[in-house]
Amino acid sequence: MSILVLAEHNGKTLNPSVQQAVSAAQFWQAPIDLLIAGGTDSILQKAASITGVARVLHADAPHFTHALAEDVANLIVSIAQDYQVILAAHSSYSRNILPRVGALLDVAMISDALTIQPNHTYTRSAYAGNVHNLIQSIDQTQVLTIHGSNFAAAPLGANTEIVRIDTPAAFTKTRWISETLNASDRPALTSAKIVVSGGRSLGSAEKFEEVLSPLATKLNAALGATRAAVDAGYAPNDIQVGQTGVVVAPELYIAIGVSGAAQHTYGMKDSKIVVAINQDPDAPIFQVADYGLVADLFEAVPTLTAALD
Amino acid sequence: MKILVAVKRVVDYNITVHVKPDGSDVDIAGVKMGVNPFDENAIEEALRLKEQGKASEVVAVSFGSTASHDVLRHALAMGADRAILVESTEKLQSLGVAKLLQAIVLREQPDLIILGKQSIDDDAGQMGQMLAALLDYPQATFASSIKIEENEAIVTREIDGGTETLALRLPAVITADLRLNAPRFVKLPNLMMARKKPIDSVNASELGLHIQPRLTLLKVTEPPARKAGIKVNSIEELVNKLRAHEGIQL
Repeated sequence: MSILVLAEHNGKTLNPSVQQAVSAAQFWQAPIDLLIAGGTDSILQKAASITGVARVLHADAPHFTHALAEDVANLIVSIAQDYQVILAAHSSYSRNILPRVGALLDVAMISDALTIQPNHTYTRSAYAGNVHNLIQSIDQTQVLTIHGSNFAAAPLGANTEIVRIDTPAAFTKTRWISETLNASDRPALTSAKIVVSGGRSLGSAEKFEEVLSPLATKLNAALGATRAAVDAGYAPNDIQVGQTGVVVAPELYIAIGVSGAAQHTYGMKDSKIVVAINQDPDAPIFQVADYGLVADLFEAVPTLTAALD
Repeated sequence: MKILVAVKRVVDYNITVHVKPDGSDVDIAGVKMGVNPFDENAIEEALRLKEQGKASEVVAVSFGSTASHDVLRHALAMGADRAILVESTEKLQSLGVAKLLQAIVLREQPDLIILGKQSIDDDAGQMGQMLAALLDYPQATFASSIKIEENEAIVTREIDGGTETLALRLPAVITADLRLNAPRFVKLPNLMMARKKPIDSVNASELGLHIQPRLTLLKVTEPPARKAGIKVNSIEELVNKLRAHEGIQL
């Protein structure tokens, strides 16, 4: 029995959540292979340094430069017969690919498992995190994504063998055209130690930037936003924290002008320390905050920024 | 060009669900239901493509009991031309629904299938990708923009840190993100008119597919709530409290 972990990368760096996926895979106490589609030498070296991995499998072909879900899914399926479990950390990368793998293998996929338990049993959240479902799979092969922040990162320091594997022919019905990455000097939202998040109370895109940016810069924090703020056009969608955006679990989460809808708290309730600044003393965000300050954010945030000198 | 959209009936997004006392499932008896919000984005986009003259027909499909007639009526009232309900008494899960939808696609032969990127009850986000895999069709998930150019769909999709643009040769499967559009409101006269539009019924058992659930729901619980902490009275007090925590350097 072996476990296959799909390693996410963006063509430049290996995603830190790969270490959490490896740690989750150790549950089965079986050899773990780490699959990398495309990628550079430095990505491969980083992958090979993750402890607890039996082999790093490298599939290299021109069509993996901008890997399509169709191609990565076909690659996984081409080696799937060797594995009882195929998993990855839950992200927009893996959730694009693994359902496709599940269907091709005729396996029901488990998305965003919070815990892994014996006998193909998992917990996962539903209804925006309002309930937890304990589910058991009857499939022979398990295909799942795991909730990264629930699993410790497997440490680095290994020097694992890198094995080059054959790749299926390219899927020709989809053509990659371009990508636009938001230029930012800030740390990545999903791995930042501190996240400063803003809600609709900021009132405009200009205020969102003017009020939150100096604080985020001073704290070396990533910027986040609620869905309401994104829908109102104050912030780009890729920094949306919540059920329909990204899930974060930083050391410190500072929610500014955030009401605290379930759809948002789903994405941040695993943060170690939560600070909320909101003018409304009854805002639900205070029910999940370790430290709450009832104040006008337009006065409080600049004061906080200044206090950090 | 024909567009097929899938519509799911879910608990209204404003409602916080509760668990049944025996922990067997959530208690949704008498709870307000509605169209899955991402599916409304899918319907809206299909209608816009029709209004641009790119599509000639928009067909909405749903799965389950006749209770789903209400969400299909909603799709018809928004402007879909006709609707299909695949009736099944089976507990439907993503893979099973993907197989049923595949059967409808093979029957209807649409050029484009647009779905919501996830439903807000299961939060699984699998259907579109599974359907594309079963059909060996190109896929674009989390779409924030769709353009039809000749025999391709040019789709911009939301990825971590930005967006990516793909060209999918039709027929193809696209899943809608919230930013794709702002769904129109349904006006009362349209709702009345929608009653005259046809809803066909297909019996799932006649399709001869293996759609039995693979995932057994053993227990449903409400997760431990994060405990509310304390209120501080000033920024100074806040900063002092935070500085006292290990691992936080301010």
